[in-house]
Amino acid sequence: MAVRKKAAMPPAEPPVPRTLFEKIWDSHVVHRQDDGTCVIYVDRHLVHEVTSPQAFEGLRMAGRPVRRPDATVAVADHNTSTLPVSAGDVDEESRIQIETLEKNVADFHVPYFGMDDPRRGIVHVIGPEQGLTLPGMTIVCGDSHTSTHGAFGALAFGIGTSEVEHVLATQTLIQKPAKNMRVAVEGSLPIGVTAKDVILAIIGRLGTAGGTGYVIEYAGRTIREMTMEGRMTVCNMSIEAGARAGLIAPDETTFKYLDGRPYAPKGGAWDLALGQWRRLPSDKSAHFDMQLDLNASDIPPMVTWGTSPQDALPITDVIPDPANAPDENRREAWARSLAYMGLTPGTKLVDVPIDRVFIGSCTNGRIEDLRAAAEIAKGRKVAAGVSAMVVPGSGLVKAEAEKEGLDRIFLEAGFEWRIQGCSMCLAMNADRLEPGQRCASTSNRNFEGRQGRAGRTHLVSPAMAAAAAIKGTLADVRDYQ
Amino acid sequence: MEKFTTLSGVAAPLPMVNVDTDMIIPKQFLKTIKRTGLKEGLFYEMRWTPDGQKKDFILDQPAYQNAKILVAGPNFGCGSSREHAPWALLDFGIRCIISEDFADIFYNNCFKNGILPIKVSKEIIAKLMDDASRGSNAIIEIDLDKQEIKGPDGGTVHFEVDAFRKKCLMEGLDDIGLTMEKKTDIDSFEARQKDSQPWLHTAS
Ligand code: SF4
Repeated sequence: MAVRKKAAMPPAEPPVPRTLFEKIWDSHVVHRQDDGTCVIYVDRHLVHEVTSPQAFEGLRMAGRPVRRPDATVAVADHNTSTLPVSAGDVDEESRIQIETLEKNVADFHVPYFGMDDPRRGIVHVIGPEQGLTLPGMTIVCGDSHTSTHGAFGALAFGIGTSEVEHVLATQTLIQKPAKNMRVAVEGSLPIGVTAKDVILAIIGRLGTAGGTGYVIEYAGRTIREMTMEGRMTVCNMSIEAGARAGLIAPDETTFKYLDGRPYAPKGGAWDLALGQWRRLPSDKSAHFDMQLDLNASDIPPMVTWGTSPQDALPITDVIPDPANAPDENRREAWARSLAYMGLTPGTKLVDVPIDRVFIGSCTNGRIEDLRAAAEIAKGRKVAAGVSAMVVPGSGLVKAEAEKEGLDRIFLEAGFEWRIQGCSMCLAMNADRLEPGQRCASTSNRNFEGRQGRAGRTHLVSPAMAAAAAIKGTLADVRDYQ
Repeated sequence: MEKFTTLSGVAAPLPMVNVDTDMIIPKQFLKTIKRTGLKEGLFYEMRWTPDGQKKDFILDQPAYQNAKILVAGPNFGCGSSREHAPWALLDFGIRCIISEDFADIFYNNCFKNGILPIKVSKEIIAKLMDDASRGSNAIIEIDLDKQEIKGPDGGTVHFEVDAFRKKCLMEGLDDIGLTMEKKTDIDSFEARQKDSQPWLHTAS
């Protein structure tokens, strides 16, 4: 141990420097076993229709109530129609699933943003929008993209249905702490490059399992200069690198976004909260188990070519040849991906024709995303033979976009303008690719069948998706700016 | 939850890397409000052609129809948090999955459903993959208490598992019941938090 300096001033940092993740973790430990397994308190629990029915059923069978309905919010988003009710594209099973949620929230007194509530939307869009997501919180949801909320300096991660039940019953989870990884992005983003390109580049570097066992803290000037929307896009896809959670230190940008949101603290409570939130960022000498550095100026607009989010390349590149894969596993995976995607090595990415475009999801369905896409779509037309849709992330995003006239821009360009929901991000509802169709999508997963059986997904930013819709092939957004 | 102590059964080889939970059970099967009956959807797109013909997927081959163990490629279970994935595996009869590594949420979900996910080295996987390829004659035995896998040739390998998770699995313990025993800890945590962070107790 180093000898302490004379205590003229109180020490600026606690004796053991801690990361943002460790500070949140430590302040939520309810009970710690000798082996390090902890009971962790959950501040906010977001519930949706697909991963909750069996959890509520479990409570019912055991005769258990929901411990803190006031810390819980439910919404239907994954399996809802994006067409007006009159279009009637909801099948029997989906209807039952939504009705089951409605019965459960009524029986267990859980606050619910109903089907007609203008605040209804994708669970990871509405949490921040309503100020239900706050710095320093622990937030869980039966959905792997819960990491989105980490953009606010919250520890947020996805859980399975058994854990949903565990949280409903006890407001806690049994967990062991994760390792710390720091991903620093420095410098200014080149023109045409967005938060989506940054996270695709990061996943390309880490690989789809590179973050397993870690919580990633994103840092550096590029991240600090991002808006909250951009930060959410980055944290959202942490899970695609295998990390359970991603987070970013809260700062003035965070506080400004939250100030005045419906569920954010007000008055004296706001000041008290601010004081605590300002102490959350990682201490200067905090230890990280792994560090990855990227330079923003090296990141071009990105696109995925294969069936794993790690298959990301600059749009100026060509389809890779499995013969050049780094190892045997990858060689097989690449060959399988190419066969599934119907692509030939050596083809320029900008020459790959597309059939569909999807702009939306919890990755890129917020107002800023729609503005970026509209900017490219404005005064242009969707290419012949391409069908393109825009699905806002929430009712409030939709209303704001309509107020700004973005819906008109999209409609005039030939895009469809839909009702909010997850839609073709996971294609549980009627919005899905037909076998063999190829889609430029702003969502987060390009897995086989993700957007529809035998459908082919290329992940891109909203502006890149709009450019692809106009050109009819994957496109370099910089040619349209 | 059903206890897991020992298991003896046919192991099916699935060497593919990054098998995601969308592959294990595609979204059309997530509309259910039940935990059971999901084996129909297990590896659906790998098992059936779009026009409803069987594709001769490994688990449909006569030797592996009663498989209880899956020897899988690395990063098994990545992607979506859907617990329908372990439910579907369990419904088919799979109680143990052996891989080099698993995605976090899936790994966790297995333990909640009486499925034992075992992590072993690449070399051991190669050997077990080879054993599993020998079909129904290749019975693999798992002893959770001893933390041992016994191959068809009688050789055993040791595996690591978290002590607490092992105990829960071996005794078939209900997590929620266990946590409920800590009710006073939860109560006092809540009281402290209400005091220091009152805004966390006024929302929604
Ligand atoms: S938009 Fe997609 S990733 Fe996001 S919550 Fe919905 S289904 Fe999950």
